[in-house]
Amino acid sequence: MNEQLAFTIEVFANGLMAGVLYALVALGFVLIYKASGIFNYAQGVMALFAAMTLVGIQNGQVPFAHLINAIFGTDLHYFGWDVHSFAAILLTVVVMIALAWAVQRFVFRHLVGQEPIILFMATIGLAYFLEGVADLMWGSELKALNVCAAEGTCLPQGMNEWLEGTTYEALGYGFFIDNLDIVASIVAAILVVGLVIFAQYTKQGRAMRAVADDHQAALSVGVSLNFIWILVWSLAGFVALVAGIMWGAKSGVQFSLSLIALKALPVLMLGGFTSIPGAIVGGLIIGVGEKLFEFLIGAPFLGGATENWFAYMLALVFLVFRPQGLFGERIIERV
Amino acid sequence: MKDTAESYVTKDGRTIGPVVMEMKNITLRFGGVEAIKDISFDIREGEIRAIIGPNGAGKSSMLNVISGFYVPQEGEVWYKGSRRPAMKPFEVAQQGIARTFQNIALFEGMSVLDNVMTGRLTHMKTGMLSQMLWRGAAEREEVENREVAEKIIDFLEIQAIRKTPVARLPYGLKKRVELARALAAEPSILLLDEPMAGMNVEEKEDMSRFILDVNDEFGTTIALIEHDMGVVMDLSDRVVVMDYGKKIGDGTPHEVRNNQAVIDAYLGVAHDEEDAT
Repeated sequence: MNEQLAFTIEVFANGLMAGVLYALVALGFVLIYKASGIFNYAQGVMALFAAMTLVGIQNGQVPFAHLINAIFGTDLHYFGWDVHSFAAILLTVVVMIALAWAVQRFVFRHLVGQEPIILFMATIGLAYFLEGVADLMWGSELKALNVCAAEGTCLPQGMNEWLEGTTYEALGYGFFIDNLDIVASIVAAILVVGLVIFAQYTKQGRAMRAVADDHQAALSVGVSLNFIWILVWSLAGFVALVAGIMWGAKSGVQFSLSLIALKALPVLMLGGFTSIPGAIVGGLIIGVGEKLFEFLIGAPFLGGATENWFAYMLALVFLVFRPQGLFGERIIERV
Repeated sequence: MKDTAESYVTKDGRTIGPVVMEMKNITLRFGGVEAIKDISFDIREGEIRAIIGPNGAGKSSMLNVISGFYVPQEGEVWYKGSRRPAMKPFEVAQQGIARTFQNIALFEGMSVLDNVMTGRLTHMKTGMLSQMLWRGAAEREEVENREVAEKIIDFLEIQAIRKTPVARLPYGLKKRVELARALAAEPSILLLDEPMAGMNVEEKEDMSRFILDVNDEFGTTIALIEHDMGVVMDLSDRVVVMDYGKKIGDGTPHEVRNNQAVIDAYLGVAHDEEDAT
């Protein structure tokens, strides 16, 4: 098999995998934007917050330890127990639901009917607030994250040797793909299918679509806007948790995690702000696009590091030619 | 008038039941402006009750009070024999009061069938998980809800556009879809906000026929707002007439038609500034 072609395919596959992670973050944006018209800048920070909370609970860390110690002169750091991953995930989900409730109750309930730009500014404030809370609650050091079903069966790390071996025997070239990336793709696929079934077939999902379409009409068929908004923020929190686990397991839980939110922006411009499939396809295109561009053009001709800006440039091109994105609702001006 | 009778039978053989909703001394203000001034009236089970009046009389405000979109500063709303506390619109809808809007509020991105199905939301009781897994009770419930929706779609003669996205429909059909969605809730009171507004003569006749048929076939209690007096007189059992936020008449179409205050309001005798609407 042609070496260059094999390389390209490998880069393509790895791009797909990276794209899945972008898509996971973008998904959270789409959920909230569709249902409430709020562009949630804090989505990335929510992923960070969720990941930190999960690690904190798993390790039995005392929340707000630093604050408590400073006030009461104690020396608390750990409870001294480890919490099983599943229990920790459940607890984190509860925390994310509480966060959704608080965000709705204390911020957006008071901003109903405001201009989109004001709502957007509120989410920027929320992002920095949440980052501060995360820091205060769990401390700012880099933490390793892994989720284990039982002793020894954790999220897999490293390259998939089976795939490498089989492709080497069959094609004469072993493809190098991270185990974690494969798991992330499967999890993302399950998540998307679950969300679509939820939106299509459940009462709450239908109510969610109703609210996304027309507030007044939704009220008239007995849907509580407030409940749906809390539900949507909870779902976005759950998606953030999944994204946080995957990113955290890949590169550790650290504050730069919140910056991945910025990579979700070009994804959204490509996929459209209102489309769940759009977020997925957009994520994959950006992932593959930036890896392939780096491999074929960036590294040999442009001195590399094109991954930093390629996504934004692609988004810019899209903005010029198709501002609603690939799957977004058509923008029609009636004259 | 049969105000004290529990039930009575109309000339065309429909049974009108006891009072299901009563508005007592409702006053609604926007800042210093009184949109509704101390109005009382009732709605009986199974009747078609019209609220009419010239533009700006406060009819829509009254409908919004009934459906919970506005909360009156004074007065009480009695529903099914007990006083209704201040409620959000979605809670009112959950109590079985469905409505349509003057300017049409449909889910434009959904198909006609999906729109009508949202009218069944208050009837969906099974749990989220069993709905996702499509099991037993959830499946039965979905089939039942679907049957109700399809029956109403048939009844309002919109089978041909069942799968059409609402955004593509002409105005008259949208009005009908909105009626279908409200009906799908099987409401105990159906509120129609100017169901004939902006329609041509043919569409108006269709809509009148549907309103009468709905009332006849399902026994639905209907309260509707209209400023076109002619249409209303043929449709309704009893009529409330409003002008400048006050009630100036209440009774059968015949009584109202011969009421001097009503005649004045519509002909513009009482108010010099009345424009010719």
